Amino acid sequence: MAKVKVEVPELTGEITIPGLKEDAAAAVKSHNAPAKDMTDLGFPTELVPDWKEKAVAKFAELLKKYRSLKVYMDICVKCGACTDKCHFYLSTKDPRNMPVARAELLRKVYRRYFTTAGKVLGKLAEAEDLTKEVLEEWYTYFYQCTECRRCSLFCPYGIDTAEITMAAREMMDTVGLGAKYPLQTINKAITIGNNLGMPGPAIRSTLDFMEEDVKEQTGVPVKFPMDVKGADVLLITPSADFFATPHVESLAGYAKVFHQAGISWTLSSYASEAGNFGMFNGNYEHMQKIASRIKVAINELKPKRLVHGECGHAWRVAYSFWNTLIGPFDSLDPKYPAPQHICEFTYDLINRGALKLDKTANDDFVVTFHDSCNVARASRMGNSPGGQFEIPRAIIRATCNKFVDMHPDTIREKTFCCGAGGGLLADEIIDLRIKGVMPRMQAYKAVKDSHGANFFALICAICKAQFTKVFPYYGYEMEEVGGVHQLVSRAIVLGGKEGI
Amino acid sequence: MQFLTIIFSLMAYGAAAVFVFGILCKIMVYAKTPSPLKIPTTPAPTTSFGAAVRVLSEVLLFRSLYRSNKWTWLGGVVFHWAFLFVVLRHLRYFLYPLPAWDMKLQYIGIVAGIVLPIAVLYLLMRRTTVDRTVFISSLADYFALTLIFFIAGTGLMMKFYERPFMVDIKGFVYGLATFNFSAVPTDPVFLVHFTLVMILLAYFPYSKLVHAPGIFFSPTRNQADNPRERRHVNPWSPNLT
Ligand code: HEM
Ligand code: SF4
Ligand code: SF4
Ligand code: SF4
Repeated sequence: MAKVKVEVPELTGEITIPGLKEDAAAAVKSHNAPAKDMTDLGFPTELVPDWKEKAVAKFAELLKKYRSLKVYMDICVKCGACTDKCHFYLSTKDPRNMPVARAELLRKVYRRYFTTAGKVLGKLAEAEDLTKEVLEEWYTYFYQCTECRRCSLFCPYGIDTAEITMAAREMMDTVGLGAKYPLQTINKAITIGNNLGMPGPAIRSTLDFMEEDVKEQTGVPVKFPMDVKGADVLLITPSADFFATPHVESLAGYAKVFHQAGISWTLSSYASEAGNFGMFNGNYEHMQKIASRIKVAINELKPKRLVHGECGHAWRVAYSFWNTLIGPFDSLDPKYPAPQHICEFTYDLINRGALKLDKTANDDFVVTFHDSCNVARASRMGNSPGGQFEIPRAIIRATCNKFVDMHPDTIREKTFCCGAGGGLLADEIIDLRIKGVMPRMQAYKAVKDSHGANFFALICAICKAQFTKVFPYYGYEMEEVGGVHQLVSRAIVLGGKEGI
Repeated sequence: MQFLTIIFSLMAYGAAAVFVFGILCKIMVYAKTPSPLKIPTTPAPTTSFGAAVRVLSEVLLFRSLYRSNKWTWLGGVVFHWAFLFVVLRHLRYFLYPLPAWDMKLQYIGIVAGIVLPIAVLYLLMRRTTVDRTVFISSLADYFALTLIFFIAGTGLMMKFYERPFMVDIKGFVYGLATFNFSAVPTDPVFLVHFTLVMILLAYFPYSKLVHAPGIFFSPTRNQADNPRERRHVNPWSPNLT
């Protein structure tokens, strides 16, 4: 692969608001999707001749289907509160990466075709024709948004730029302008069943390998079951957990927790993916198709409970959308939340004293925790609001002696995105990814300097992939990156007291 | 004289009609457009009651703005509360006889009337001095603030400088409200003030000022966070079986 020129921001430990540098990120573009993926997904392979009419018609349709889009097109007062909240603005300095300015790219077209003032007054009412140039701007800047919702948190009306980005991408897809990485991933998830495009047997053989590996290390025959009918728990987890590092370490953690709790569980080769990139590109049908594999697996394997692995956007889809997309889950045991996050599951066992954890196993680490944006701002764990912050931290505290939080303005609901969510984990935009993660890296550097933090705990597959990739650019070891259940895996004492 | 009365009366009814019709249309469209998915910005209340409290905390206190930017928050809160009390103060033109509480409102109203243009100037200053807000601001943003500034300015002129005959003004406005017409006062400052308010009314539903009704419809704020406990149904997508 051709080397892409990258520029690594300087680490000072502080996040400052930069001055504007117009067009600083105007040249950053994701690669276009190959014709095959476009066709498979029902999109034209290149810009259609009547693209303008089609895009406007799609816009009209989306405005009728999504209250969020309709209201958010109307009510922004340009107060500017969101302007310094996006990691991409803070790092690229490009003013069009300010959330309000990003949304404005769509809004000006909305005014032109859907408001009286815009139709009559045109430019005077900030309305603009949908031209090729505007379309290019859309493609550039709506693929520089990770849909992390930090802007929505701080907006006085909760205007969610993620909703606007999703709509814009769906409009572009419809007229034949698609981005390679997200669309290829969606296509693989729909047709093969996971984002990596791995067939069932390949997954089985890595699970076998893991069984051997864990046996070798611990002497305990921890199973990694797949396609077992009638198991108590069906585990849906990102496919990266089967193949990628450090993801597999967390998978080992889940398996050990199930083993030690004495709860039978299984993976599904048919529904071998928790991730759902359908959400990123705003296509409801794709999102539902991807999720429907899980429904099929439930019907086939007849589990009592549905548990979900470590993944940010996937947990958003699972927690917030599954019930709508593929519910109701009548066949599952109503005693348990459906779905249940693996952190909720483990936390529950810890609370009931069902797990024996040896914290000293993690004594090499000073751990800090990155709240994945999709978990933090678009979902929940546990019974009360904010459980998504407390539960993973409680698990970390139960598995190691040294934990430190990063600056309060960069954690919990105010967390900064990793810079690669929303379908931006693509090689060709590595420079953007390195920049996007900058606010997070500043906060990490600060706790590194002050507390010697050296383990960066995560609960998201994309976060794990992104941080292992960008850490070295900032001069940190990629081994510092790991999952929360990786800590569990190291600390858990197998054998002895089993069951609950 | 009579001609002027007819013109201003028609203008008032026209503006009021545009305002009411426009706002109702917006509200109807917002209410009719479905929210297919659960998208509250979390952590969010888990009950509808909690979500209603959350929306009210945004409407009354600008809670998110407070977390976001204290200076904008300060300007915004002072501006809106001043605006509210100025509007309330104007109730006396529509009420007869004047209720007792209205008297108390008058004092707050006058203070609010003085504070309002100051707050507007502050917001304008902020808009024109921070490079990020300069970049995102457009004609419409300056227009709204300028319009309100001149409304407040002409209002204050009548209070402290011109002092037109209040009884005439009340007669005219009360007459409009009760279809019991009386002549429009000819004081030029009043006529300008009145015209600007009518422009604001007519402009309201077709501009960013619809943020006032709009905020109540924002799904990230008004939805309860309970997707697992209660199945949210998307009206335009069929159930899978
Ligand atoms: C439900 C009632 C309302 C709520 C919750 C609300 C909330 C807000 C908020 C949070 C802002 C952003 C902060 C700021 O710049 O001040 C804002 C801006 C603004 N609001 Fe309201 N508002 C409401 C009603 C109104 C009304 C009735 C008007 C009258 C015309 C109005 C006029 C404006 C204007 C002109 C701005 C822009 C200020 C600027 O340019 O800096 N609002 N509003
Ligand atoms: S914070 Fe909200 S209302 Fe203010 S400029 Fe940003 S999107 Fe618009
Ligand atoms: S959703 Fe996140 S990435 Fe997108 S504009 Fe908002 S803050 Fe930026
Ligand atoms: S990868 Fe993690 S931080 Fe990045 S967008 Fe997804 S959940 Fe957020």
